[in-house]
Amino acid sequence: MNELHTLGVSELASAIADKKTSSVEAAQHLLARAKQHSGLGAYLSFNEEATLAQARAADARIAAGERAPLLGVPLAHKDIFVTKDFATTAGSRMLAGYQSPFDATVVQRLAAQGAVTLGKLNCDEFAMGGSNENSAFGAVRNPWDTARVPGGSSGGSAVAVAARLAPAVTGTDTGGSIRQPASFCGITGIKPTYGRCSRYGMVAFASSLDQAGPMARSAADCAVLLSAMAGPDIDRDSTSLDHPAEDYTVLLGQPREGATAAQPLKGLRIGLPKEFFGEGCAPDVIATVRAALAEYEKLGATLVEVSLPRTELSIPVYYVIAPAEASSNLSRFDGVKFGHRAAKYDDLTDMYKKSRSEGFGPEVQRRIMIGTYVLSHGYYDAYYLQAQKIRRLIAQDFQAAFAQCDLIAGPVAPTVAWKLGEKSNDPVANYLADIYTLSTSLAGLPGMSVPAGFGAGGLPVGLQLVGNYFQEGPLLQAAHAFQQATDWHTRAPQGY
Amino acid sequence: MSLTQSDIGRIANLARLELSGAQSETMLTQLNGFFDIVEQMNAVDTTGVEPLAHPTAVIDHVSLRLRPDVASEPNDREANQKSAPAVERGLFLVPKVIE
Repeated sequence: MNELHTLGVSELASAIADKKTSSVEAAQHLLARAKQHSGLGAYLSFNEEATLAQARAADARIAAGERAPLLGVPLAHKDIFVTKDFATTAGSRMLAGYQSPFDATVVQRLAAQGAVTLGKLNCDEFAMGGSNENSAFGAVRNPWDTARVPGGSSGGSAVAVAARLAPAVTGTDTGGSIRQPASFCGITGIKPTYGRCSRYGMVAFASSLDQAGPMARSAADCAVLLSAMAGPDIDRDSTSLDHPAEDYTVLLGQPREGATAAQPLKGLRIGLPKEFFGEGCAPDVIATVRAALAEYEKLGATLVEVSLPRTELSIPVYYVIAPAEASSNLSRFDGVKFGHRAAKYDDLTDMYKKSRSEGFGPEVQRRIMIGTYVLSHGYYDAYYLQAQKIRRLIAQDFQAAFAQCDLIAGPVAPTVAWKLGEKSNDPVANYLADIYTLSTSLAGLPGMSVPAGFGAGGLPVGLQLVGNYFQEGPLLQAAHAFQQATDWHTRAPQGY
Repeated sequence: MSLTQSDIGRIANLARLELSGAQSETMLTQLNGFFDIVEQMNAVDTTGVEPLAHPTAVIDHVSLRLRPDVASEPNDREANQKSAPAVERGLFLVPKVIE
């Protein structure tokens, strides 16, 4: 089969299980394809020997009669997850050549289900950015228009799925890093409730916000991956939620309680935050999102206006809290235990400074500076503590909104993907573009991006869906119902 | 309130970063641009609001926990030191700290 890259996760798993192909053949095909399209910059590293060994092991399990939803399916991981068989860089020169002694829990859980790792995917350095231009190993190009950014920080992840270089991948989302690149590349991605996926083995950026999630072509495929990824990891992650793993596929294709097959979402109240549809959002994005919402009405949902009054404040709140946590987390990079060490230095302090200044890129240094400042004596109360107080108000705003609706919908980002280099000298412009995803992260709520159609220049637009805590199942159900009625998620960029 | 070049020097030292003159100037401009948008937080009345350090602390049935204080990971010194810049006889090497 030479069209294996066109298959999604479930189709590929079936083809492998039915012996129409093998895991080895699928892995070889996708590796060759990834190398053929290396100009996109999606992958950072491979270990073909390890990939094929995993694929052979999966084929042996299949030959022995085993069946499982991910058995033999090749996937790829954002290079923020540590892997013992593949290099891990977090997109940073600081970690060039780093070899982890262990696998991240998320990687381990997917491998235990029989998934095969194709390689590691490019991302903004330490997941800090929304365009993937902050990677020390080069930018990633959006396959819908290679002069444009793929979004970030999980840019390589989104491009691998959009360009059919992997049927599904992992990503991480701290302030929108799964949802925004998914939106820009026309794929489906979900960030679960904070704490649902273990952070063990995820290179830390902002520990109270970082959350792993799957990215794939469909909500159904995301549900298969998330079912394997999520669940308690009590001994290894102190913020992992003690809440049993779930099968997120059970609600897919089921009408809501009391609804019908023709109107499967009857009774679903979708809240539209009026702050998400204001003049800050580009008209083509609003029109595309509105058209998707009209489709939801046809499926039986009702639309209600809600308010998230502190949406604009979520930008300074996030960009105080996340850098504060980053400055603390990244203090571990001191050129002693792992990571880059400068070749020349005078003494210990000088070694720290030179190693860190050489190893970290400009955006990471900027955030370390912001974080160090807002945590420093005399400024802690005015910035860090005040941001944490407003964070609680933002979380309360969501609960007030959820009193009137079952899920919240709106745009993922105010525009479609911008041109490479367009915002690279203006950090604040990048921060402002995160306006619709930050509040969900601050509140720790699950959110996703669902392909909703195309805006200016034929570029993809994502519909953001946000649920209350632990509502990943109903979120994926609502996304799946939309994908049963539309075909936006099946569109591939020309030439891929 | 605006940061000054001497603030940038002080923060960089706390953060153990070494910025060149040009980098330091760019950093000053960019940080001041950023703190312009941060100032809007001052207008919010947060009297009596508890800081939220951890998002799921707002979910009633979720509480943070501590694990038992016992060693659970195997001692795998060789693998753990594989990526260290300088190691000798199983020890991390650093420049001389005490004369």
